[in-house]
Amino acid sequence: MARDHDHDHDHPHDHSELSETEVRVRALETVLTEKGYIDPAALDELIETYETRVGPKNGARVVARAWSDPAFRTWLLEDATAAIRSLGYIGRQGEHMVAVENTATTHNLVVCTLCSCYPWPVLGLPPVWYKSPAYRSKAVRDPRGTLADFGVALPEETEIRVWDSTAEVRYLVVPMRPAGTEGWSEEALAGLVSRDSMIGTGLALAPGRTGEMKP
Amino acid sequence: MNGAQDLGGMMGFGPVQPEPHEPPFHAEWERRAFAITLAMGAAGSWSLDASRFARESLPPARYLTSSYYQIWLAGLERLLEERGLVGADEIATGHALTPPKPVRRVLKAADVAATLGRGGPVDRPPTAPARFAVGDAVLARNMHPEGHTRLPRYVRGRAGVVEAIHGCHVFPDSNAAGRGEQPSWLYGIAFRGRELWGEGTDPRLVVRVDLWEPYLEGA
Repeated sequence: MARDHDHDHDHPHDHSELSETEVRVRALETVLTEKGYIDPAALDELIETYETRVGPKNGARVVARAWSDPAFRTWLLEDATAAIRSLGYIGRQGEHMVAVENTATTHNLVVCTLCSCYPWPVLGLPPVWYKSPAYRSKAVRDPRGTLADFGVALPEETEIRVWDSTAEVRYLVVPMRPAGTEGWSEEALAGLVSRDSMIGTGLALAPGRTGEMKP
Repeated sequence: MNGAQDLGGMMGFGPVQPEPHEPPFHAEWERRAFAITLAMGAAGSWSLDASRFARESLPPARYLTSSYYQIWLAGLERLLEERGLVGADEIATGHALTPPKPVRRVLKAADVAATLGRGGPVDRPPTAPARFAVGDAVLARNMHPEGHTRLPRYVRGRAGVVEAIHGCHVFPDSNAAGRGEQPSWLYGIAFRGRELWGEGTDPRLVVRVDLWEPYLEGA
């Protein structure tokens, strides 16, 4: 039977626990599926990919290789797209890669002031703070203040280069290799490479402070 | 366009708030919004540039008070409605009310890995020689187009130096508007912090911005 004509519309509906946004997403997914524009199984696969397979561990492996293999480091700095591809990290939002290296005198920091451009194949999906107005507005004008928000202080004489990803070129920061890691395996080195250190809002971890990164 | 997306240099948003051990998604609806956006992008009815324009076309007050995936969702709804693929009445009722229109392809689960792996490279063969060389002094044009642009406001009218030539890339301003890719040379331009932000700026700050040739003039 159809809904009573005197149905009270202030009365909670069956999805009363859902926010307006949740209702809209559900509605849209249903309509797109009914119209045959999308395959729900493909959605599950997309989510699975970025929740469990693609993440900053990929980038950490790239950095650890650059730290241990001088030829790879040179290749990475000259043609990051090809060097990163050689490790199997390719595809969407990583089509045109550039690696920038931190040194004793220069620190690099990456931002996208216009949206949320980020190198997905090596870092996964960007964290909320990377996409936030606070970070996008402040990083290009006051990078030292931005770094302070992350608890990072650099010597006053360090040059700071901020990379605004305004095109499809995606940037990966190669942090400085921590002291006391001579002779470490690539795998052990990768454990010191935090996601933030590859954006430039952090530094590589000191030995003994291994990161806890998702895949 | 001079929308709320163009945030470089704005003040008042407070400190950046990192979240330790942040998960890729914070709610089930974010997972679904992310995935339907990517799946519909793969359907081939619009470009990435067009979807960026749809998001930044939100009224500034709404853009700045929406969460990231709410902005994605609003942009997606706009693109679907503009192209007649989904009507507002269908989103309101949560069911298809009109027959589907043809789309170029439907992304299947088995094709996800290959599709993501291919990505969408935007480099194109040059149609003319590059106008600028590494080391050249350039000026970012002072232009305020109402359509999509990737020339941030904070560099307009400012002097910089060409540091890199990335090759010819799809030009977002024309591509977002459906006027074709019009590949143009893309340069990495270095701006001194003081040139952008004036007195009191850290003298050791350099900001590198990727800018297409139509955004630049010789200095």
